[in-house]
Amino acid sequence: MRLICPHCGERDRREFTYQGAAEILDRPSLEVGNDDWADYLHLRENPAGETKDMWYHDPCGAWIVMHRDTVSHAVHGGELALEVRK
Amino acid sequence: MRYSGFKVFKEGLTGNKGWKPVWRDPEPKSEYDIVLIGGGGHGLSTAYYLAKNHGLTNIAVLEKGYIGSGNIGRNTTIVRANYFLPGNSEFYSHSLKLWENLEAELNYNVMHSQRGLINLFHSDGQRDAFARRGNAMINQGDDAILLDREGVRQHLPYLDFDNIRFPVYGGLLHPRGGTARHDAVAWGYARGADMRGVDLIQNCEVTGIDIEGGQVRGVRTSRGVIRAKKVAMVAAGRSGQVAAMAGMRLPIESHILQAFVTEGLKPVIHHVVSFGMGHFYISQSDKGGLVFGGDLDFYSSYAQRGNLPMKEHVMEAAMTLMPMIGKARVLRSWGGIMDMSPDGSPIIDKTHIDGLFVNCGWNYGGFKAVPASGWAYAHLIATGEPHETAKRYRLDRFRTGRGIMDEEGTGSQHNLH
Repeated sequence: MRLICPHCGERDRREFTYQGAAEILDRPSLEVGNDDWADYLHLRENPAGETKDMWYHDPCGAWIVMHRDTVSHAVHGGELALEVRK
Repeated sequence: MRYSGFKVFKEGLTGNKGWKPVWRDPEPKSEYDIVLIGGGGHGLSTAYYLAKNHGLTNIAVLEKGYIGSGNIGRNTTIVRANYFLPGNSEFYSHSLKLWENLEAELNYNVMHSQRGLINLFHSDGQRDAFARRGNAMINQGDDAILLDREGVRQHLPYLDFDNIRFPVYGGLLHPRGGTARHDAVAWGYARGADMRGVDLIQNCEVTGIDIEGGQVRGVRTSRGVIRAKKVAMVAAGRSGQVAAMAGMRLPIESHILQAFVTEGLKPVIHHVVSFGMGHFYISQSDKGGLVFGGDLDFYSSYAQRGNLPMKEHVMEAAMTLMPMIGKARVLRSWGGIMDMSPDGSPIIDKTHIDGLFVNCGWNYGGFKAVPASGWAYAHLIATGEPHETAKRYRLDRFRTGRGIMDEEGTGSQHNLH
């Protein structure tokens, strides 16, 4: 599997560290209750098919939201997490 | 039809013409008392124990593919009870006891072979950890023997004991650990459930779960609507998609775990052996193939096949531990889809919807859990109360923080197991 870094282009999977679903970018506000925070930390959509997940590109230090397919392992593209969170 | 040595002998002499299909292929009825979603090992054993232990037989097992097409046929077949934490310890201990009587129970040869499992260690710290684990196993009533280096050498003379980086310090021997024939476990439970009147319905994909007023009413499937008083999800590997039909999200990420088998060889590895300094475990099948596996690929996937980096890691670990394996040729590799929970332990519980139950999150432990999972899940579905051995497998433990069972001690969040 070759993943896509917005800075460095298509690179080998070995250069990346996986974090998990990009749902973690949707952090709830501090005012919401414990249940919402527990859900945010633990519950996942876990899609079979198109997904967005977080990868860290070790050589360049970018956090990337990868657009890929969990069934075919196709990789469609990556966005900088900084841009996504704006 | 009852199996026996005499029957095999007689059929062998008469052209094997007397064997019959082992289970029926019924049309789904319009209504059942209980519908199980998923005809894998856990679904079939649940159906079997619902019929056997609780006398409930108006049950359908709905399987999207065919019996044995999922993870029950895609694992490395290891059976063990070497868990450490309360919750896991009694559960897997119960499972191993059920395994030990499974062939007589099912009248089916599941080829359960208690050849002994040895977890190797390679440092003083690891020795301490395994001594502690062994004590926990003995306290649970199971067996564990701490072997020193020479003790390991007597069992496994072919290891690279003096490897510069990872010398073998010793191992924890679990004599009752071993392997079983994975397909036969599915077939044996399927046959046992079918004989008691359970309908096994293959090629029947559940497309929706009907819920009215917080009460489950049945399921919609590719073969029509089926009403049911109780619906039990037991589809590890696809738990998230099934739960989504009930509007639920689960604390599960699906990951790929690869396994490998070599060409058939003469007997060479007589135990189940695991390396302590890299993720690698191996046994030899009765057919002669070396069956081995490693760690997750570490990204969410439903592909049932993995990528090269983990293959390389597993092969490197194999060569480090037992250089002789370099002469074997790998025949096949495949992947299974693991329901990974945040703490690495499973879930057997009710849901917030009346009559809807969930069994998921088996991580790497699903195969050896098949008998006890079915036993406990059947108890929960039939009585509404969790079984003694599985009462800690609660769905809400991540929300409350109580009863987290992090066997590896790496932390309770996704991507750490």
